[in-house]
Amino acid sequence: MKLTYYPGCTLKNKAENFENSAIFALNHLGVEVQELSRWNCCGTVFSLTTDDLMHHLAPIRNLIRVKEANSDKVMTLCAMCFNTLKRANEYMKNDPEGLDKLNQFMYREKIKYDGDVEVLHLLELLKDEVKFENIKSKVVKPLTDLKVASYYGCYLVRPQEIGIDDVENPTIIEELISLLGGIPVDFPYKTECCGSYQTVDKPEVVAERTFQILQSVQKNQADVVVVSCPLCAFNLDHRQKETIQIFPGFKNIPILYFTQLMAIAFGCSEDILKFNLHYIDPKPILQEKGLI
Amino acid sequence: MIVNISKKKVKSDFVTKVEELSGQNLLACYQCGKCSAGCPAISQMDILPNQIIRLAQLGLKNELFKSKSIWVCASCMTCNTRCPKGINVAEVIEAVRQILLRKRKDHVELKDLSEEEKREVPPIALIACFRKFTS
Ligand code: SF4
Ligand code: SF4
Repeated sequence: MKLTYYPGCTLKNKAENFENSAIFALNHLGVEVQELSRWNCCGTVFSLTTDDLMHHLAPIRNLIRVKEANSDKVMTLCAMCFNTLKRANEYMKNDPEGLDKLNQFMYREKIKYDGDVEVLHLLELLKDEVKFENIKSKVVKPLTDLKVASYYGCYLVRPQEIGIDDVENPTIIEELISLLGGIPVDFPYKTECCGSYQTVDKPEVVAERTFQILQSVQKNQADVVVVSCPLCAFNLDHRQKETIQIFPGFKNIPILYFTQLMAIAFGCSEDILKFNLHYIDPKPILQEKGLI
Repeated sequence: MIVNISKKKVKSDFVTKVEELSGQNLLACYQCGKCSAGCPAISQMDILPNQIIRLAQLGLKNELFKSKSIWVCASCMTCNTRCPKGINVAEVIEAVRQILLRKRKDHVELKDLSEEEKREVPPIALIACFRKFTS
């Protein structure tokens, strides 16, 4: 199987650990990943005002790039890119007049866009196309005894129309963790917003959220938390520095991308995991469980 | 708090603009408070999401413009998915922010961020921040 892949900006620097581990895991599952030869930033947030066609240009241009690569499907890893690309596409499908205006504006593009590219998140592809049942047999190092809390945040599940799973109680990552041999841990804050981009001008607000979310994870005795968004990863991992200053009793906990656990279960070497990008080192707990 | 309600404000251009930009019917809200009950940002807010809707219904734009709440809402969409009347509260808050931002009243300035702050956060955080907080 071959997949067209849109990486987005952050996967090429702060979230290289996400990209490398995802590609390793997909190759191990026999999927060839083909990155778009040309792409631009998606804009990261979907425009919420009715008169703002302009900001749908960036995501739609990326979907034109997908068509140029002779594909009608695109895979995303970053939850923010997924949300922005998918929502812009849905919006355009439901607004032919707006789409027409955008196409006229993009008169230099060789392809006129019709809303016919499907935007998929890696998790959906794993469940529906690679199929979850084919994953178990590919595990070479099961995540035995590792208790994993799955944090979804906002962009994978809201709004409901584009969400990849139940809007209030998604379980797709937990299903995957079980297949990899780990122990999924439930906790009540898995779809609670981490504060998102507020991290730029109000880091203390994010630190408070991080505290709430991670304290709940720890009460439920998880060893690690997995995420699917580089901004959630930054807020939950790097903002633990500010969290501990505000809440001195707080205990650190490592944050990983779900793809890093897949890569470990599929027997990757440690350089793929790029632990140097983490603030809280996941190595001690992974070593304790005999996983690295 | 004393609130002065006037027909003029209720029928003002501000109310029309908020409804237009958000695509929402403000009067559909019956003030049940469910949006505020689930909002993760309320500890930082001076007025709650349901109060934002009420102030918008009444055209009390100055109260909205000076509120801290419109800048701590991160458009997480929790309120939208839970409103029993199907109101997109996040879009209403975005509309209020946009009315201000479009007067070139930016909420963040690149020059106020240190090199270290800019280098520390991931690109998606910076881009999203400037998309939401500048015109
Ligand atoms: S949940 Fe909906 S109806 Fe209830 S107060 Fe909020 S906006 Fe109004
Ligand atoms: S979108 Fe804004 S108002 Fe609504 S729940 Fe999230 S932070 Fe609160």
